[in-house]
Amino acid sequence: MEKSIWAKYDWLLLFMYIALVIFGWINLYAVGYEKGVTTASLFDFSTSTGKQFLWIVGASILFIFSLFFDTQFYRSLAYVFYAFSIVLLGATLVWGVKVGGHSSWFQWHGIQLQPTEFVKLTCALAVAKRLGNIGAKLNQFKTQLSVLLLILIPIAFILLQGDVGSALVFSVFIVVLYREGFPIIILLVGVGLVVIFVLNILLPSTYLVISALGVGLMLIGIGKKNVKRIFLISSITLAIIGLVEVFDWVEKRVLKPHHQHRLKVLVDPNADPLGIGWNVTQSKIAIGSGRLWGKGFLKGTQTKYGFVPEQRKDFIFCTIGEEYGWIGTSIFIVVFMALVLRILYIAERQRIRFARVYGYGVASVLFFHFFINVGMTIGVLPVIGIPLPFISYGGSSLWAFSIMLFILLKFDSERNQYVSWKTIAIDLE
Amino acid sequence: MYLSRSHIIQIIFILAGVTFIIKLFFIQVVNTEYSIAAEKNIVQRIEEYPYRGIIYDRNKQLLVYNNPVYDLMVIPKAVKNLNILSFCQAFNISTSEFTNALNRAKRYSHIRPSVFIKNIDHNDFAAIHTKLSDYLGFYIRARTVRKYPQAMLANTVGYVGEINTAQLLADTSQYYKQGDLIGISGLEAKYEALLRGKRGVKYKITDARGQEKGSFKEGTLDILSVPGQDLISTIDASLQLYGETLMRNKIGSIVAIEPSTGEVLAMVSSPAYDPNLLTSKNLSNNFAALERDSLAPLFHRPIMAMYPPGSIFKLVQALIALQEGVVQPNTVYSCNKKIVNCHPHPSPTNLHQAIQFSCNPYFYHVFKHIVNQHIVKDTYEDTRIGLNKWLNYVRQFGLGKQLGIDLPHEKSGYLPDVSFYDARYGEKRWKASTIRSLDIGQGEMLVTPLQMANLAAIMANRGHYYTPHLIKSIEGQTISTKKHVIQIEKNHFDFAVNAMRDVIDSSSAWRAKIKNVIVCGKTGTAENPHGEDHAVFMGFAPLEAPKIAIAVYVENAGWGARAAAAIAGLMLEKYLMGQVSRKSIEDYVLKGDFTY
Repeated sequence: MEKSIWAKYDWLLLFMYIALVIFGWINLYAVGYEKGVTTASLFDFSTSTGKQFLWIVGASILFIFSLFFDTQFYRSLAYVFYAFSIVLLGATLVWGVKVGGHSSWFQWHGIQLQPTEFVKLTCALAVAKRLGNIGAKLNQFKTQLSVLLLILIPIAFILLQGDVGSALVFSVFIVVLYREGFPIIILLVGVGLVVIFVLNILLPSTYLVISALGVGLMLIGIGKKNVKRIFLISSITLAIIGLVEVFDWVEKRVLKPHHQHRLKVLVDPNADPLGIGWNVTQSKIAIGSGRLWGKGFLKGTQTKYGFVPEQRKDFIFCTIGEEYGWIGTSIFIVVFMALVLRILYIAERQRIRFARVYGYGVASVLFFHFFINVGMTIGVLPVIGIPLPFISYGGSSLWAFSIMLFILLKFDSERNQYVSWKTIAIDLE
Repeated sequence: MYLSRSHIIQIIFILAGVTFIIKLFFIQVVNTEYSIAAEKNIVQRIEEYPYRGIIYDRNKQLLVYNNPVYDLMVIPKAVKNLNILSFCQAFNISTSEFTNALNRAKRYSHIRPSVFIKNIDHNDFAAIHTKLSDYLGFYIRARTVRKYPQAMLANTVGYVGEINTAQLLADTSQYYKQGDLIGISGLEAKYEALLRGKRGVKYKITDARGQEKGSFKEGTLDILSVPGQDLISTIDASLQLYGETLMRNKIGSIVAIEPSTGEVLAMVSSPAYDPNLLTSKNLSNNFAALERDSLAPLFHRPIMAMYPPGSIFKLVQALIALQEGVVQPNTVYSCNKKIVNCHPHPSPTNLHQAIQFSCNPYFYHVFKHIVNQHIVKDTYEDTRIGLNKWLNYVRQFGLGKQLGIDLPHEKSGYLPDVSFYDARYGEKRWKASTIRSLDIGQGEMLVTPLQMANLAAIMANRGHYYTPHLIKSIEGQTISTKKHVIQIEKNHFDFAVNAMRDVIDSSSAWRAKIKNVIVCGKTGTAENPHGEDHAVFMGFAPLEAPKIAIAVYVENAGWGARAAAAIAGLMLEKYLMGQVSRKSIEDYVLKGDFTY
């Protein structure tokens, strides 16, 4: 007997999602609100708040649509969606409009669409499909390579757009791979590469070369001195030195000065109190001014700080901090983390690998945005322009994240239709 | 306890969330420095414009200094509960002016400050200052504007104005922003990097009413502005002022140099204008008026006007000829007016007399002998060799190239060379007689008044000069200059200088003669096909241990021995004696009006 579909939906997740979205919408209203001055209502379509409402309505329609497509639809068309989104990504390079320093937007009748957000979704689907294949063996080079390619292609395109922040999001798939049993060594190498890349930006490359040489020599000096070991250490050291040079070259071509700048500011907050550092200082002031209980709804946010454009997107968390204080920010973090953990829980109870991989993808992507965005506003992470899911203003990100959740909900609601994978597939765990 | 990978991931995520909550606790609850905002205070970022360097004359008199000026700034978004009528009364503007200004500010930005009223005078400022707290959203920004204690040296010092788009694009250091002031001409432009100092930033805490409450974070984030560096120029202010007075109603230049150092004592460009015109509110109007003036006062004549040197060039010819050995002091030629026209004087003459009386035909021979030394049989080829030899000497005198004075847009003058004549007449189709007008400093060659004064300095030094410059020290550090030596023996220079002495002593240029001081010089009358000839004088004093070398160029003033010599003599007397006693000559000059 089939229970009604509604009973199978994870209401908890849906509820948390709706709560966040509505909270985000009302919060947008509070940004720049001034008593006696602001006359627009929540629904005034000329304001960003009003526009966000339209996006929310759109998301609800998308939700209803998502009910009609069953999971088989997504599973079979995953690669098609992925390819299509990559094509759109490439199209922005040709026809795109420059917004906020990178040309990643389409503009049509005043509506802006950013394919980058949707690629996060399709990439999760594609990786899920690749790893969900019966033939996928995670210790096989073929599988490892194809998955890495699926992740690297969007990164390349997005870097070409100049949007380093969004490109970084894709690095979070490392969590997905880790869960699925990728050999840790590969992941560690990946992390190592990123660390070297970042260090190369912060320090002149000669420091890195010299330290690599130093460490390598030291390792050869201590410990067994057999040929194999020495060879291994030397080749790794040389590889690192080679990488440093390659990264140096890449950084000069791809990274703009302000990216290097932002990393340097993170390390030394006093490096640029006038520029980027100023934004973060202002952000901390706004958040800090909330104290324990906050100033109250609509009573915060004086726009004298003068970074209004970012206040609705990258620095939206400031408004929460200012109006609801530490109690408010803590509750918000708890709710958001609960959402992410719920997704992880849902992912774990899936019976097919596709769904689990996909679920981890969704959780990781959401977590990454949350982590970087909030971390940036409180000054522990560099200023990278990525939105806070469901809270930041923007249709593309709202829709992309919402669809991600809707598809997951669908998979979850149909999970019992699948025979448990535990009896069929072989897993490293 | 076995931890599966999924557990590890959950733990990492939770840890991240907890870390944030803890960090937020510190920011929001523990740390009070962020809570200044809790009292509805805001941190204002105020840019500090540094004090621009001052330029003094050689005796530490002010040539240009900074005058404080105040702008009324507005942040439209912060304007609340404004009583427009009382505001307009307090600031003395009409209500329509108020509305226009506010709308303009709103169009620029609601949240960024913009200028509401520009250039409020010091005196008005005092009255307004106390009322300011009544008007939310308005505040005063103080900056400085250049002021010139005396109306002189306009083109030399130059002026300061707002940076334009082209300059902003060319600024690779990215120091300048829109609305910044930058030196646009003269010394202000040349020494811009030293004069401007470095912008600073102050972070101040102000309350919602705009009252300052103190420095943010005890000023640890502040960047101190670095004041501009003061410059001491070589100019002698009283001499300069005197020169500008003498040159009133005349078009031309005076350049005076101290021969032993290359320091420029005076640089007069006429017609001149009051440099204070280019600092006030009416800068653009005044500038446009000056630009439209047909006499071109903005044209910096001492370094930009190029003229044929005329008779003063005969000294150079004589020196070259003596050095080459093609003419001796006792070489005699008669004044054959069929060769070239000349004014009445005793004939024939030796070299000394030829200089003294400025005999044109004599120098026809001199030049011919320099250029045709019969090194090869073919005259045409011989002339090429000769001209190159001649050019080699002439260039050593600093002609045909920039001297390198510390001002922008110095012209190099012009020296026609072999390829020039080849292009004009064809190769091997010109010889000494073709290019003869060079012999008396006419023809195609061009020099600037600065180069003429430098020539005078060379004569004063008997064979060398220092690069002429206008700034002698920066913040107490003296600037070094380069010495240039001309490859002509000193005794030839002694000879020439003696002749120059007689030009003043026993000849037509008596107007330059000063009591108790031996003055040496040479006059010139430059042909002008369009009107009256131009008057030229070049000289120095005293004969032994000269202190000042000078060149005077007055357009359309006729015969050089009159106007130019008179002016030069007065300038020399003023500088050496401190005052002028020959009042009749002074009157003569002051009354002279040679403008058209």
